Amino acid sequence: MSSTPSSATVPGPSPAGVADDRLTQVSLLTRLLRRPELGALLAVVVVGLFFAVTTEQFLTLDGMADWTSVGATVGIPAVAVALLMIGGEFDLSAGVMIGTAGLLVGILVTEVGLNVWLAIALTLAFAAGIGFFNGFVVLRTKLPSFIVTLATFFILQGANLGVTKLITGTVVVSGLEDQPGYSSAHSLLGGTFWAPHDFQVTVLWWIAITVAATWVLSRMRFGNWIFGVGGDVEAARNSGVPVARVKIALFMTTAVTSALTGVMIALRLGSTQANQGVGDEFTFIIAAVVGGCLLTGGFGSAIGAALGATIVGMAFIGIQFSGWDTDWRFLFLGVILLIAVLINNFIRRRAEGARR
Amino acid sequence: MTDTIQPTTAPASGADVPLLEIRAVSKRFGSVTAIREVSAHVRAGCVTCVLGDNGAGKSTLIKILSGVHQHDDGEFLMEGVPTRFGSPREAKAQGIATVFQDLATVPLMSVWRNFFLGSEPTKGSGPLRRIDVPRAKRVVREEMAKMGIDVRDPEQPVGTLSGGERQAISIARALYFGAKVLILDEPTSALGVKQSGRVLRYIANARDRGIGVIFITHNPHHAHPVGDRFVVLNRGRVLGDWAKAEISREELIKMMSGGAELDMLEHELRRGGFDVDPQP
Repeated sequence: MSSTPSSATVPGPSPAGVADDRLTQVSLLTRLLRRPELGALLAVVVVGLFFAVTTEQFLTLDGMADWTSVGATVGIPAVAVALLMIGGEFDLSAGVMIGTAGLLVGILVTEVGLNVWLAIALTLAFAAGIGFFNGFVVLRTKLPSFIVTLATFFILQGANLGVTKLITGTVVVSGLEDQPGYSSAHSLLGGTFWAPHDFQVTVLWWIAITVAATWVLSRMRFGNWIFGVGGDVEAARNSGVPVARVKIALFMTTAVTSALTGVMIALRLGSTQANQGVGDEFTFIIAAVVGGCLLTGGFGSAIGAALGATIVGMAFIGIQFSGWDTDWRFLFLGVILLIAVLINNFIRRRAEGARR
Repeated sequence: MTDTIQPTTAPASGADVPLLEIRAVSKRFGSVTAIREVSAHVRAGCVTCVLGDNGAGKSTLIKILSGVHQHDDGEFLMEGVPTRFGSPREAKAQGIATVFQDLATVPLMSVWRNFFLGSEPTKGSGPLRRIDVPRAKRVVREEMAKMGIDVRDPEQPVGTLSGGERQAISIARALYFGAKVLILDEPTSALGVKQSGRVLRYIANARDRGIGVIFITHNPHHAHPVGDRFVVLNRGRVLGDWAKAEISREELIKMMSGGAELDMLEHELRRGGFDVDPQP
């Protein structure tokens, strides 16, 4: 008698027979508007058209080799930064890490006398350690990653200058060429292809990393967890997502990817300036945000970040081709960022509000 | 995980042992006793409502049932067997699923990504091991259809759904992943009248599928239509434990607001010249 069934007051659910073909009823427009990279794609077209019309070299193969080269060195770290931002965190040390990695490879090769490949491996391992440190401190202290990585930024910047001066007496580490392992490492990480136009191999790396990151985000469990921890960390934890592991892995990926970019630049130029990469962290964040990443996390795409980096590359080189002072590029980037954020905001609200 | 969840226990089958039962359970935090000698139980295919005002001890009780806290005294029986959960994960493994008020879904993620967050079905191996997206979408549509909701587009962000539908996703997910006992923490408190009605329907649905539901609420109007048993808490103690036949909605309201106290309040307000509607 204690368990009197009482279905009288609450009607049960209506039996629902659902046909699969209703899946296709979502309009193409709604699906398109839901994509985070839509705004960036439009911007690539607009910026590309603008410079294609106003300058002659922009759409030539030589011109494309120039702006894809800039796009690649921004895009490789920007894709990793995008994953980190989707996971709800920032890394302000991503720019200076480029310099740190280049200097470290240079010092290990020219001063310590290691093989280039071994120096690269040690450098990437060091970067992974820095990334782990960033993530560990953020998760342990629950401080904003903005502050923690700002500290890392200044620590690395100081170390870059101090250590370089201490060892070489100057603010540059050079002489990577002619060292054992250089030629193979250079051709794989810092060389060019497609003879007369000389596209950078970094462009291929950029594409490969973007494809890999997109695969992770859209199809792997880890990608689902990234969206989860960035979108609502408590809900993700309640659902059994290993929050700490995901975030630390993201910090490590970002640091290693930035270091890889630093290695690539060092191999291309044969030398690294002590202030290399300082300030680039904001360019990466701009690329990610233009590509549709939310500053609050939980939304964004790797392809979008790659498109954002393309816009940065187009702007830098296009402004050069136009014969304007290259300092204008910052103004240009600022305006693009503002427009992109406004458009993304609008698109997202439309996409979310479409079904209310 | 299995493809479909069959009701594990038919209502009132075999020995009449409650799915989950606590006997004279107490919990202290330092010198404060949060709940004192609370007893309650839920059977398969039944809804036990736990009612109480703020500070009555509802949250502490949920946390003990879901494995977040451990009880200090008393007995905790799972299908008649004395049990003590060390963590929410252990409770979950035993079939106790808890749906917390606002911390259950990620608004920016799609319906299917939310449904499987943390337990994604995969196919392939090595670097090609990937989420089985078509299967995930199909399962979401099937499971939501069982709740009476037609999910036309599993890619839709959860943030665009109504509050009631979001609760439905959490409930459907818990049932799909093998919950025997479903604990709902104030699932209607943030919702309007219409949405609340829907959530009550989902609760009835879970009950009809043989789940033992523990419905925690401070609203007797929501509890009474769907509940089979009513446990009223007040200041950490059980004020009463009734079967549906033993208590009317009016009595439940009275018990909830502490009977005499409500009468006094009404009296007081009337003297002050306010026009107060008598409770229905």
